[in-house]
Amino acid sequence: MPIKVLFFASLRERIGQSQRLLESDMPLTLQEVWQRSSGESHLPGNVLMSINQTYANASSLVQPGDEVAFFPPVTGG
Amino acid sequence: MQYVEVREAPFDPWQYLAEWQSQHPLDARSGATAVFVGTMRDFNEGDDVTGMYLEHYPGMTERQLETLVAASVQEWSLDAALVVHRVGEIAPAQPIVLVAVWSAHRAEAFDACRHLMETLKHTAPFWKRETLTDGSVRWVDKNTPG
Repeated sequence: MPIKVLFFASLRERIGQSQRLLESDMPLTLQEVWQRSSGESHLPGNVLMSINQTYANASSLVQPGDEVAFFPPVTGG
Repeated sequence: MQYVEVREAPFDPWQYLAEWQSQHPLDARSGATAVFVGTMRDFNEGDDVTGMYLEHYPGMTERQLETLVAASVQEWSLDAALVVHRVGEIAPAQPIVLVAVWSAHRAEAFDACRHLMETLKHTAPFWKRETLTDGSVRWVDKNTPG
């Protein structure tokens, strides 16, 4: 099962895609998912991230089949 | 009782509240109701703003709002709490967000309403993209202090 990676808002525009599938048969940290899916080695400190629609951090473990998202600071309300 | 709605269609928060209250009559224990309505301004960061697009993360947005509302109901022993939030294209002067809470006394209602709104702004996955008078667009990169 691939990992589904989503990018939102200004981050989506910078990365140039809204979604990609990442093949992996073992758990990866969010930091590793970022590096493999964004093409950028550095994970900016203000980027927020989630696993299966719950907030997580760069060292959180992602399992095959999980839905992951990276996004800029939120500005609703 | 708690209720969350994320919607594209414009709405009148006062009419919405009246209809919601008539459909969810509260008993006589709710002595206090606090309401916050956030409306789109026609200026930001010193520039005139003519329109806004509000992007969100479908699924996580609703989940996050439901978690926030449930936590507030628990923390302040609220009788009811309601959050309605627009997404998509929004015009100046249109309401963006409605937060309403009902409790026995005013302290809990004021505190919970303020807390819900502030936490929503910092954790619910919404992103604003503004259109300026010259037609250019820009992402809003941070919230105003308050």
